[in-house]
Amino acid sequence: MISKALVKEFQEVVGADGVFVDEADRAVYSYDAAVLEPVVPALVVRPTTAEALARVVRLCNENRLPLTVRGAGTNLSGGTIPNPHGVVVLTNGLNRILEINTEDLYAVVEPGVVTAKFAAAVEGQGLFYPPDPGSQAVSTLGGNVAENAGGLRGLKYGVTRDYVMGLEFFDANGDLVKTGARTVKCVTGYNLAALLVGSEGTLGVIHKIILKLIPAPQHRKSMMAVFDRVSGASETVAAVIAGRIVPATLEFLDNFTIRAVESYSQAGLPVDAAALLLIEVDGHPAQVEEEAAKVEAICREKGASSIRVAQTDQERNKVWEARRAALSALAKLKPTVVLEDATVPRSRIPDMVAAVEEIARKYQLTIGTFGHAGDGNLHPTILTDRRDQEEWHRVEQAIDEIFDRALAMGGTLSGEHGIGIAKTSFMERETSRATLDYARRIKRALDPHNILNPGKIIGDA
Amino acid sequence: MATIKELAHLVRELEDQLVVCMRCGMCQAVCPLYGQTGREADVARGKLALLEGLSKEMFRDPSGVSERLNRCLLCGSCAANCPSGVKVLDIFVKARAILAGYQGLSPIKKAVLRGMLGNPQIFDRVTAWGARFQKLLTRPVNETLGTSCARLGASLLGNRHIKPLAPKPFHAQLPSLDEAPGASGLKAAFFVGCLIDKIFPSVARASLKVLRHHGVGVYLPDNQACCGIPAASSGDLETFKKLVRHNLERFPADRFDVLLTSCATCTSTIKKIWPVLFQDDDPDVLERVRTLSDKVMDIHAFLVHRLGVAPDPALPRDDALPVTYHDPCHLKKSLGVFAEPRRLLRASPSVRLVEMAEPDWCCGLGGSFSLEHYDLSSGIGRRKRDQVAATGCRVVTTGCPACMIQLHDQLSQAGDAVQVRHAIEIYAENLDS
Repeated sequence: MISKALVKEFQEVVGADGVFVDEADRAVYSYDAAVLEPVVPALVVRPTTAEALARVVRLCNENRLPLTVRGAGTNLSGGTIPNPHGVVVLTNGLNRILEINTEDLYAVVEPGVVTAKFAAAVEGQGLFYPPDPGSQAVSTLGGNVAENAGGLRGLKYGVTRDYVMGLEFFDANGDLVKTGARTVKCVTGYNLAALLVGSEGTLGVIHKIILKLIPAPQHRKSMMAVFDRVSGASETVAAVIAGRIVPATLEFLDNFTIRAVESYSQAGLPVDAAALLLIEVDGHPAQVEEEAAKVEAICREKGASSIRVAQTDQERNKVWEARRAALSALAKLKPTVVLEDATVPRSRIPDMVAAVEEIARKYQLTIGTFGHAGDGNLHPTILTDRRDQEEWHRVEQAIDEIFDRALAMGGTLSGEHGIGIAKTSFMERETSRATLDYARRIKRALDPHNILNPGKIIGDA
Repeated sequence: MATIKELAHLVRELEDQLVVCMRCGMCQAVCPLYGQTGREADVARGKLALLEGLSKEMFRDPSGVSERLNRCLLCGSCAANCPSGVKVLDIFVKARAILAGYQGLSPIKKAVLRGMLGNPQIFDRVTAWGARFQKLLTRPVNETLGTSCARLGASLLGNRHIKPLAPKPFHAQLPSLDEAPGASGLKAAFFVGCLIDKIFPSVARASLKVLRHHGVGVYLPDNQACCGIPAASSGDLETFKKLVRHNLERFPADRFDVLLTSCATCTSTIKKIWPVLFQDDDPDVLERVRTLSDKVMDIHAFLVHRLGVAPDPALPRDDALPVTYHDPCHLKKSLGVFAEPRRLLRASPSVRLVEMAEPDWCCGLGGSFSLEHYDLSSGIGRRKRDQVAATGCRVVTTGCPACMIQLHDQLSQAGDAVQVRHAIEIYAENLDS
């Protein structure tokens, strides 16, 4: 319990409207999009200015209150599930785009700006902000930075990390730390921005982000290729890359996902296909046409049974509709959806797809796999009902084995969803005891009272 | 009074529907209320989590949950955008009924819903008196819109700019009709709805004119009751069922081919809410409810799909009046009707349709929501007003009298000279030329 006097102090900082004390108001900040047990925080605060945010951090530190920063609460690893004695700090009151600079190609934003709104504002200026996580319609840029969010365009354009030029954040004392700059080049001091990106709120509280922008591609072309064998699809991916072509997106859907999408949206997908590849190339019109022709030839050479090249924007939309519908279509089949994101080097995708199929059989589970074939980031999606304890146990075993197999292939636990609390216990398996100790020493040095989102990524500091 | 354990047990009946929510949070993108407040308790994901908490006996006092559950426009934007297909509205109306059953209705709601709305004849009499005396209490504020506001300081109206009650409600202008099927071979029952009857009778007249033009015979019974949505959204199952049963008597399904309304909310209530709240009722009554609910159709959709009204390729004319169109949530999100009203406008020579930004963003009225949370409702309404104003159109059309009330209020508050019309009125006017 947080004392009345302390609640009053928070109210003085953020206003009475910005402090949620009621049981029902706190209960709705007990979860995120990960399938984990909810934990109700002791207090929720919603600052609307940087000064108030700093003072909230300071108050938490002085009173040793665990602090969990929350944007839209869409992460898939429990990173925003708070501590029962802790304070949830909402960033959606800090949602201004402070600057979009079309000459120097950068933008400055507050952490609560919604990703898709930002991308649209940037597009309005003829520029491009590529990271497009699946939750972009609601996710916040602060959350994207804290989770190092990815998306469909990772292969060619990279992930959030590649667009963070600089940050301003508050340390555990609530003091302002500045890192990076509005310039392309900047070697002034430690690259603290790199440390903060993906730190899931454990090392600082971000209040300002400088993001890199790039010119929007002039032209894009999409196609859908159908394969009778998964290996045909993965050989195509390898051959496209080997052919020195880097598509903007290169997405994969397995047979189960294809069937789910088809029964959901009747888009006319081939339900007996083993795999679909959805490919988009973008850039200068001449280069796009040339690359699209090459990609089409490679698909045929690798045994694609049919290829549909979108000629109009409408047809392009149609191609991507299948991909956009994938999660919805799968989600409608069972009450609980566990969206995994173990990632392997792209050349191992056929092995990983086979491994997931084998695991599904072994544990008698329904798993649909789709994802970013171009960057090796697949999303095996386990469909289950968390109320069925016996099946849930098998799900946990399956997840364990998916991790093992991905690691054995030189892969990683998480491509873009983060570690949060869902994967902390697997950290040592991928890294080493010393790695975790090193990270914990950093955490203890920067946050001696362990108030910044404790328990996430590295477990107990 | 039941115990919290019993309440939890009742809420658990919703469990199969509640578990479908995967907490992805995509409802944040479309919830008009969340767009105003940024509070998770205001968005569907939060409310579903609260109901789940209630079913797990997480709360000692359900009133907090109940209060937050009632802070909702029931616009259905979340359900229409939900990746996992959570039946949000079904859950919310059932949960409101469960909670109202547990806590009881407030005395005001009881008086209004049971004393007045539940008795159509009393309701008619009260509003007739209101129409007679409203001029004493209000004064006109906007000529174009025909709105009024309270004469002196604070009153029941607050700062609202209201569209006054019509001097003569529709049921007094035309009590009943029972025509033979016309040239179309179709006979349609017309469900007037309270707002059209008492505030916008011209919409009903336009609707009947259109039906007559297309050779559709009309069945218009007298003594119609409210569709029940105010009672359903307050969780007052008793009044809701009373109203539905009354309407079942007034509309014997074998007397007509289709049941039409010009009110998006009435159509959506009859189509979606009636069967849900009668699920556990007497099978015979449920069967009658389903029969009527299967027959109900929005008037725009009827004209397009049953009578083949199509846009005129020769339109729009150069001298046509630019008008914009607002999508009622209960038409677009609940019934998937959005192309049809636009087709009627494109078949109307006098106008040219100019789309506003986000035409399907909720107007913010939400019926009783606006009575209880006027500030929030107006905040959402202002966004809609700005979008209408940005088109430069002097007329905004829509397909729902409830949206018309909100548009009148918001445009009038902003001092705009923009008329609010029902799309069917525009279409009807053009039948003369």
